[in-house]
Amino acid sequence: MTDREITYREAIVAALQEEMRRDPKTLIMGEDIGASGGPFKTCQGLYEEFGAARVRDTPIAETGFVGAALGLALTGYRPIVEIMFADFLGVCYDQIVNGIAKHRFMSGGKVRVPIVIRALGGAGLRFGAQHSQTAESWMLSVPGLKIICPSSPAEAYGMLKAAVRDDNPVLVLEHKALLSMKGNVPVGSDDAAMPTGPRVLRPGKDATIVASLAMVGKALTAAEQLHAEGIEAEVIDIRVLRPLDVTAVSESVRRTNILVTVEEQSPTGGWSSDVVADVVSQAFDYLDAPPARVTLPDHPLPYSPGLEDAAIPSPEKIAATVRSLL
Amino acid sequence: MAAPPQGNAHKSNEAAPPLSDADRVGLFRDMVTIREFEEQVQRSYLEGLVHGTTHLCNGQEAVAVGVSKALRDDDYVTYTYRGHGHCLARGMDLEAAFAELFGRETGVCGGLGGSMHLTDVDRGLIGAFGIVGAGLPVAVGAGLSAQLAGREQVSVCFFGDGATNIGAFHEAMNMAQVWKLPVIFVCENNLYGEFSRIDHTTPYEDLTIRAGGYAMSAISVDGNDVEAVYGAAFPAVARARGGGGPTFLECKTYRHRGHSRTDPAKYREAGEVEAWMKRDPVTLSRAVLAANNLVSATEADRIVGEARSAAKAAADRAAAAAWPSAKQDFMARTFA
Repeated sequence: MTDREITYREAIVAALQEEMRRDPKTLIMGEDIGASGGPFKTCQGLYEEFGAARVRDTPIAETGFVGAALGLALTGYRPIVEIMFADFLGVCYDQIVNGIAKHRFMSGGKVRVPIVIRALGGAGLRFGAQHSQTAESWMLSVPGLKIICPSSPAEAYGMLKAAVRDDNPVLVLEHKALLSMKGNVPVGSDDAAMPTGPRVLRPGKDATIVASLAMVGKALTAAEQLHAEGIEAEVIDIRVLRPLDVTAVSESVRRTNILVTVEEQSPTGGWSSDVVADVVSQAFDYLDAPPARVTLPDHPLPYSPGLEDAAIPSPEKIAATVRSLL
Repeated sequence: MAAPPQGNAHKSNEAAPPLSDADRVGLFRDMVTIREFEEQVQRSYLEGLVHGTTHLCNGQEAVAVGVSKALRDDDYVTYTYRGHGHCLARGMDLEAAFAELFGRETGVCGGLGGSMHLTDVDRGLIGAFGIVGAGLPVAVGAGLSAQLAGREQVSVCFFGDGATNIGAFHEAMNMAQVWKLPVIFVCENNLYGEFSRIDHTTPYEDLTIRAGGYAMSAISVDGNDVEAVYGAAFPAVARARGGGGPTFLECKTYRHRGHSRTDPAKYREAGEVEAWMKRDPVTLSRAVLAANNLVSATEADRIVGEARSAAKAAADRAAAAAWPSAKQDFMARTFA
């Protein structure tokens, strides 16, 4: 094991490569992931190493190949599927929420459903309203799924390895805008523990900022801006959306007394609503101000660059929200 | 009103091995077992033992039994909410099946699944799907699994005519054909998708036309003639085992009862049910066996009586079983 500075995209490839070497029952399916290496090159080199049977190009048919993943899982394989754009999760929604998520329970707990669904989401690339969603909230209310969100190359690597080894359906929501982000990754690590909750990325005593995916970086930048003004914000990466455990957030709020959430989704029905609700339940007496949520506006994402940028929570907006609560 | 079909199985290059006398009687017995199970389900429902709803397969027994006769124990099967017959044809324990319908601890799924979700992976019964068409892509995955494992297994999905109108059907058919997977798509064309007759929802009644769109081998067979179903299924299964790819097998049949418990099926034209009852698969099989001097009327009655008693006894034992504990570890049932 060596720490290497690689990109988020390379971290995904490394995790897939290592886990596919480790377990011959793993295979990956998706659109143009074979010789092409994937539209975002997140499967680069896998086809050459593992061949067409285990790195399988599918028709453009998410219902078909995500459903096929369930059949593979029920018969001894550990399928991984790549959803090219997280927006396309809508196409195979039934297979995931009615099939994959419920099959073990409906069998009386007799079957295992080891499936990884990787979906590349997120805004900022001028892809318009149907190719820019993180889809974080879409399956938040579905029992039987684990949902994890890597915000850095190290997280992308570790979370994906853990997901592949997990005996349950895991939805890994990756972010396109992070694909070229660089960071130190313990490549070759055999440690692959499934994350169980949030992680504090920057300590602070004056406010708690909770974010996911690309919003984590924005929150860290906001914390840096606030630091220049003498305000120390604690930044927490929520990491695991399902099962959601906000204990660490509540502990932070007990020290900072201020809570701001940042979510790249429209304001209703997302994880930040649950975080606020749970923190209010767990740490109500410690709050010095009503919690605030920074989200996307409640309309589809616009295409035009200036409009898209304005819709995405900025470090300035996050910092201003923190200031307004102090 | 569509006339009930006559036997019209297409010729195939690998004919099914002839059925022994014992096999032929066994097919009759297996159909009777399913019929009497469903009749007992009906009685148990009226007694308040079956909850919610249930979808009986009376009239369609020959499809499950005829196809299953062509399968091995290690083959995979997906099916639907109308799936009691498929499960019994694969040997599911009667008591465990009743107990599941009754919501009891001893049910095959511990009472967590119910009538629409009987699952028993040890018998290759990998899933009953309550969403129309949803089991087809799953069967494709099991077929891919079989192809990768190289053990000459096949994967069979049972579904109704209504499922041929949903996207999952088309994606599954396409993938199976492109990848030459050992999947048998068994369409139980019972002429009704829930309450709607096929001519209201589908441009033709000959559903083998669907397979043409995927350049897939297709066979249409009298789905009420159990030996014809076996005769059509066997070559398709053999071809799939040998790497020859998928087959679409249309079994023309008829649902004797309504869609589910709450459906009196009054939308059916006068005389339609009566015409089809004359081609009831159990009655047909019985007549064939009698004509061949294999089973006398007395013997046939005895088989029916035994099946009825077995169903009643299994239902009684299931009804005496405990309710599932509300204190069980539900999260352990949800996640491995």
